Amino acid sequence: MQDRKSLVLVAPAFAWLTAFMVVPCLLILALAFFRRGIYGGIDYTFTLENVAMVFDPLYARIFLKSAWIAGLAASIAAVVGYAAAYAIAAMPRRHQPALLFFAILPFWSNYLVRTYAWIVLLNREGLIVAIARWLGVEGALPQMLYTEGAVVLGLVYNYLPFVILAAYAPLSRLNPEIAEASRDLGAGGWTTFRRVILPITLPGVATGFVFVFVLSIGNFVTPALLGGGQFQMIGNLVYAQFLTANDWPFGSALSMVLIAVMLVLLTAQTYANERASTGRQASGGVDG
Amino acid sequence: MADRHTLRLMLLILGVVFAFLYIPISVLVGLSFNAGGMPTAWTGFSLKWYGALFANKDILRAAGNTLIVGLVSAFVATVLGTLLAIGIEIRRRKGRVLETLIFAPMVIPDIVLAIALLSFFSLLDVRLGLHTVIMAHVVFNLAFVCAVVRARLKSFDWSIVEASADLGASTVTTLRRVVLPVLAPAIIAGGLLAFTLSVDEFIIAFFTAGAQRASITLPMQIYAMIRFGVTPEINVLATLVIGFSLVTLALSQRLNRGGLPGQ
Repeated sequence: MQDRKSLVLVAPAFAWLTAFMVVPCLLILALAFFRRGIYGGIDYTFTLENVAMVFDPLYARIFLKSAWIAGLAASIAAVVGYAAAYAIAAMPRRHQPALLFFAILPFWSNYLVRTYAWIVLLNREGLIVAIARWLGVEGALPQMLYTEGAVVLGLVYNYLPFVILAAYAPLSRLNPEIAEASRDLGAGGWTTFRRVILPITLPGVATGFVFVFVLSIGNFVTPALLGGGQFQMIGNLVYAQFLTANDWPFGSALSMVLIAVMLVLLTAQTYANERASTGRQASGGVDG
Repeated sequence: MADRHTLRLMLLILGVVFAFLYIPISVLVGLSFNAGGMPTAWTGFSLKWYGALFANKDILRAAGNTLIVGLVSAFVATVLGTLLAIGIEIRRRKGRVLETLIFAPMVIPDIVLAIALLSFFSLLDVRLGLHTVIMAHVVFNLAFVCAVVRARLKSFDWSIVEASADLGASTVTTLRRVVLPVLAPAIIAGGLLAFTLSVDEFIIAFFTAGAQRASITLPMQIYAMIRFGVTPEINVLATLVIGFSLVTLALSQRLNRGGLPGQ
């Protein structure tokens, strides 16, 4: 009885998500196995060509490049974000909510605007060049905008708040007595951090890393704006297949790879998290 | 845990990270008041670029479109998301499939959802326009509203529902007179959050709006302007967009203390 009532409550949302998320995603999955029509469009004959083409060295290189850039961005964001979260957790308790709020506030402003801000700072007539000119060291500056570094910087900037949030959660729950115990047992500050605090709080950072990696690898806006079309990432490739080349089956095959990467990473991370928490419970049980 | 030496190091880290986060945005906001309007030189305070922006018909139309999309999609998502949150809470044990389903729009890469919807609408021969953007935006807005309302439901005292039933109220009356008023702040906060997200969303709108100029939203307009080149008007537009998002977010936070998902 109660089940039927609650079914009425969840049904509309369920229907909406099925119609506008599940079915379209399954459609993409199916499209990847059809041939491209002669004049664009889709020729409904089964083929594995598109999936095979994904492994063509030309595209494989773009995948590796995307993975490299996403990995770099995620690593930097993880290190900086962890340091920031650690610092917030070290502040007096009553200031922590406000600090955390202001750390993630930029994340709620428009992505394009935040990316554009870096164009203003990095371009040849931009603020950094102006400051360098004023200091008389203009010649020492390399090209900054439209480089791989600019793309990584943009990704780190846009997704850093994510990692801060993810890393802060376990850090704030950390029992201070654990660190005290470690110190009483003779461990120095660095050893305590490396052997005690870091292992406990690492799953949070891993969550942040995975999120930044997944968001970065499919990103097409940041490479288009800060990379200046100098190099392609998977996102740009998918974009081009759908809006320029009109090869939807191949575009679908490419985006399937994105979904696969995402699923593998999220599953691995969930699994690692579960193992970490059961491990902790087991060792906690010995004390109890 | 922190002696004075470490504390100083922590403050330094925070200072650097906050500078990194806020300097780029602040520079944009500052430049929007620059008479010259270009980033290299400050030529005096002026509001003239604000005037120029408000005389720009393309931008005004895009802003209007964005408001329509934001309001309608936030409204639909709020209704569906609230019902969903209450429904999930009631049938807690059977919620696993649903939980995955709501979590999905948050982790599926934007571009994948965007092209999936584009293919879907095209194959069904649905004409693209603001209505298709709205349908798409409800998908991820729904997830956020549901998360905010569920957070509030965690501390919900179900005994008042029983009390209401004992006093003879029907299920609908209980929902309307007891459950919804208690949840109201969270529902409104979730709706505002959905509105903010929808107003700022670019990639999905870009793919589902179609090619006509009439259905361009503000982020699409901003993207076109950025690609076209650095002009003073973007600084103004960026400033207004930042201000708008932050005001809506602050309202949402005020209504629902600590209600941001994950916080």
